[in-house]
Amino acid sequence: MATSLTLKNIVTKLGQGLFVLWAAFTISFVLLQIMPGDAILVRFMDGDMGLTPDAIASIRTFYGADEPFLVQYFQTIMAYLTGNFGNSVISGMPVAQEIMVNLPRTALLAGLGFTGGVTLALIIAVLATLPGFRWIRNLFQAAPALLASVPVFWLGILLIQIFSFRLGLISVIAPGPWERLILPVATLAVPIAAPIAQILLRNIDAFSVQPFAYVARAKGASQRYVLLRHVARNAVLPVLTIAGVTFGELLAGAVVTETVFGLNGLGRLAERSVRNQDAAVLQAVVLIAAFGYVVVNFIVDMLYPLIDPRLRKPQGGNA
Amino acid sequence: MSSFSEPVIAPRIGTGRGLRRLLHPVTPGLWLSVAILIVVILWAVAPGLWTGYNPVEGQSGNQLQSPSAAHWLGTDELGRDQLARLIHGARYSLSGALTAVGVGLLVGTLIGLVAGATGGRTDTVIMRLVDVLLAIPSLLLALSFIIILGFGHIQAAIAVGITSIAAFARLARSEVVSVRRREYVEAAFGSGGTFLGVVWRHVLPNSLNSVLAYAAVQFGWAILQISTLGFLGYGAPPPTPEWGLMIAEGRNYMTTSWWLTIFPGLFVIVVVLAANRVGRALRRN
Amino acid sequence: MNKPIAAVYAGLSQDVPVLSVRGLSVAYDGRETVHDVSFDIGRGEVVALVGESGSGKSTTAQAIIGLLPENGRLTAGRIVLNGEDISVWKGRRLDTIRGTVVSLVPQDPGSSLNPLRTIGSQLTEIWRLHGHRDTAAIRQEAVELLGHVGLSHPELRFGQYPHELSGGMKQRVLIAIALALKPALIIADEPTSALDVTVQKRILDLIDKLRVENGTSVLLVTHDLAVAGDRADRIVVLKGGAIQEADVSSRVLGYPASAYTRQLLADIPSRTHFAPRPAIPRAAAPIIEVRNLVQDFDAAGGPFRAVDDVSFSVLEGTTHALVGESGSGKTTTARAVAGLSKPTRGQVFVNGRDITALRGEPLRQFRREVQLVYQNPFASLDPRQTVGEIIAEPLRNFGRPDRAERHARVLAALEQVQLAPELAERRPAALSGGQRQRVAIARALILSPRLLVLDEAVSALDVTVQAQILRLLDGLQRDLKLTYLFVSHDLSVVRGIADTVTVMQSGKAVETGEVQDVFEHGRAEYTRALIRSIPGGRYLER
Repeated sequence: MATSLTLKNIVTKLGQGLFVLWAAFTISFVLLQIMPGDAILVRFMDGDMGLTPDAIASIRTFYGADEPFLVQYFQTIMAYLTGNFGNSVISGMPVAQEIMVNLPRTALLAGLGFTGGVTLALIIAVLATLPGFRWIRNLFQAAPALLASVPVFWLGILLIQIFSFRLGLISVIAPGPWERLILPVATLAVPIAAPIAQILLRNIDAFSVQPFAYVARAKGASQRYVLLRHVARNAVLPVLTIAGVTFGELLAGAVVTETVFGLNGLGRLAERSVRNQDAAVLQAVVLIAAFGYVVVNFIVDMLYPLIDPRLRKPQGGNA
Repeated sequence: MSSFSEPVIAPRIGTGRGLRRLLHPVTPGLWLSVAILIVVILWAVAPGLWTGYNPVEGQSGNQLQSPSAAHWLGTDELGRDQLARLIHGARYSLSGALTAVGVGLLVGTLIGLVAGATGGRTDTVIMRLVDVLLAIPSLLLALSFIIILGFGHIQAAIAVGITSIAAFARLARSEVVSVRRREYVEAAFGSGGTFLGVVWRHVLPNSLNSVLAYAAVQFGWAILQISTLGFLGYGAPPPTPEWGLMIAEGRNYMTTSWWLTIFPGLFVIVVVLAANRVGRALRRN
Repeated sequence: MNKPIAAVYAGLSQDVPVLSVRGLSVAYDGRETVHDVSFDIGRGEVVALVGESGSGKSTTAQAIIGLLPENGRLTAGRIVLNGEDISVWKGRRLDTIRGTVVSLVPQDPGSSLNPLRTIGSQLTEIWRLHGHRDTAAIRQEAVELLGHVGLSHPELRFGQYPHELSGGMKQRVLIAIALALKPALIIADEPTSALDVTVQKRILDLIDKLRVENGTSVLLVTHDLAVAGDRADRIVVLKGGAIQEADVSSRVLGYPASAYTRQLLADIPSRTHFAPRPAIPRAAAPIIEVRNLVQDFDAAGGPFRAVDDVSFSVLEGTTHALVGESGSGKTTTARAVAGLSKPTRGQVFVNGRDITALRGEPLRQFRREVQLVYQNPFASLDPRQTVGEIIAEPLRNFGRPDRAERHARVLAALEQVQLAPELAERRPAALSGGQRQRVAIARALILSPRLLVLDEAVSALDVTVQAQILRLLDGLQRDLKLTYLFVSHDLSVVRGIADTVTVMQSGKAVETGEVQDVFEHGRAEYTRALIRSIPGGRYLER
């Protein structure tokens, strides 16, 4: 749980965020640059490439592979701090440049996907609590579990098939800039919506039987009013935390959706880097993800006290 | 799987009545889920009993047949019976998910137990590191491990397992911490119990319940993740009938032979749903 | 309130009653839990529904206000409010009378206010819900009402959030909400059971005062017959969902007609009959000596002193009570005596040895001498163990006698606490609260300790069960020459079973002495306030 918003807390949270970034860098550095070690360079030694030992040696020097671990580590950290993420082993281009080209595309996709996911979750929650036919309620209460069980890549394929090929609603050959995003966003929204809808429904159930909801009914409020004015705000609060956690899910989802829909972006970049064992690129993507996670969760921590009055002031000594 | 799990679950699910109590109340949906899991497990154990077709070798002249009496779910581009491939593929999904959950459960629970039981600085340091793992999206973390471990079915399963360590560790720690605060634990210390004795007799058994239930839920998640890695081509290589890979292969024939994509996807959904349903029932009790 | 209004209503009500319940039956999931309940409440009258947990008193109240849980159904009967049968009303129509004609003061003020909305918005809401639109007028009336229910700085309270108010203040806000539209009937469902004893009395006094001012009728739901006697004109005693007895309060308390009511009366803590306590042997040595005990805790708002320079001693074979309200430091003190916490300063001598210095193995060995019994028998027993394993565990911790001997000692311990031997195979979940507490006592006794610390050990139990456990403890003390340190928030429980008492308030010991002496000549103002808060003054001799 977040604590009250004081300068000390803000500084602590910032410090924690920086620690997470540093640790994520270290872990990914050890995983991706040290442990595979020469394995990355094995490809250059492949006889088919016809490189001379001298050429290989110069490539090794170029990538700094012969330096001791700590030297590489500090060199890389300093380089990262100045925005130099190294070079892609495959394209030879600076990783930073590849990231800058792809980041805005994925950011747009992720932003729309997140908005769509939250909207979908809210719609499910509202429909599941509508008074009326029990079976409709049951259906929508089962929806989050179903959404969480669908393989995202499969859903994407299905959507292309239905909307582009069967119904012809969305052009495959030359879609407009927004048109081409419709299906990927819809696909991405599903894995985001599932956990949020799940938490929303569980919270609505839990808060509906809280004594304060009962007291509101006793004041003469209708069930609907209590749901909207008392239960909803309490139920939405923990969703904020989930929203922070699902941020990572967005990037994972982008890997799949961009691959399925043939879009360029960070996800596709990550997918390609794994296929080609291009570790420098993958490490940069991992760090971008960790950075996004830290920023989003910092914002969530700062937002909490604005929404929950209990976190605003230190509690007094009244039990 | 886990060395601690034996003394705990043995007395509880040793009998059929125990299982029934564990899943109470048994609704029709839950019955169906248990039945589905049992069938899929049997597929994985003895696929030959369920289908006579060869999952790898196709029959020429039999390519891309739509579902029929002979081939219930149709055939693929090499003339292989798709139902046979799905039945044989159950082995990969289940063994992969089992491996993944095993890695996460074993390592995660151990980390969480040590952090929660010792407390203090050790706890803080361990849990900070676990937080870092949570900051990296699980798929990207899995990809990072796949770069090291290489492509393959078991590698993918281990990578998925590693990504779930953080979640298991967190849950195990919070359970251990909350059980440690219970009055019956203090009462056990108060009646002369030693630290290890109380942890063994009270803290561990009472914490493991929800960790094991979570493992059941994680099982469905692992199946999804492994099929995703298979789809991206990082898992088992062709001609393995792995469900995710089958979707990737069938995708090329989507317009003409929809069954090659649709059925493997439906199989994944149904198995994951069933695993989640059973997991939630375990969690509730 | 001291004037017995009851006399007026000795017979049937003269006017049309505000509420008339006839043949009410309620079922949960088809299982009937309230059977054929009938009673009336006249204008301005207070009627108490009294019963133990599971008696159906709260269900009856929920049925009257039309807010049964989703799986509950009225299966028979009529509920006539102001001459109209509301039991056949549905949804929206019922909403129009809730808050205006009938309103509710809930049980737990802590969770009965929405934590995310201000006091003001939750109070003014009741006007807005019933069509009032003049915002300025509503606000003025709300602030006045907050002052009227005894809240200081009503303007400030109006803008505050629930977490900024104490439990008693929250209950005053909830009373204000219930009274805002001057309803004909207020249902007060255990309105004070979650509050400290001195606050309880003030809240009940407030409800009385406002009731008289507005001529409102009150349905008081309570487990406490003494409270009902003090506050109600008539009492309806429920057991197992059926009425045992219904009459004017003086008669129910003075000449109870049913065996059950007689039992309830006998079990009221202040009246529970014990054999007179033996004279305190002057030569006895002190088994506990607490000297200048100080305990600090780290809290959110800085260090917090829970126990502040407390000293007392307890003679061997006697019972010493620690009495105080929540936050008084009584439990912290008791835990220090049991060796479960490390005091910041001061000493605790048990059998002449300072136990605050004990660590490791010597501390573990010390556990043989002192055992603690907790308040909540649902939390203090491991749900995975059988009763036999629970009771035998201390034996396994010391010396490991073989299986046969352990079994024999478990059976002996079960007999000691008057439980059937076959319970040894059961798990705690299959036991009632009283049975569980007996198991906890058996576990505490099996090491034959000389000192038992009882931390609110009977507070979570129904009165009849409470009385049984108290009698059991009394008998065990006489048989085994035990010394008790008895922690309680309830001074009335202490009177019959303790020899000496320390009254605590905000971490300090305000008074220490022999029980009789403290009751009759309490010097501290706080002690006298506690004594005044003991209900039962109207028809029961204290």
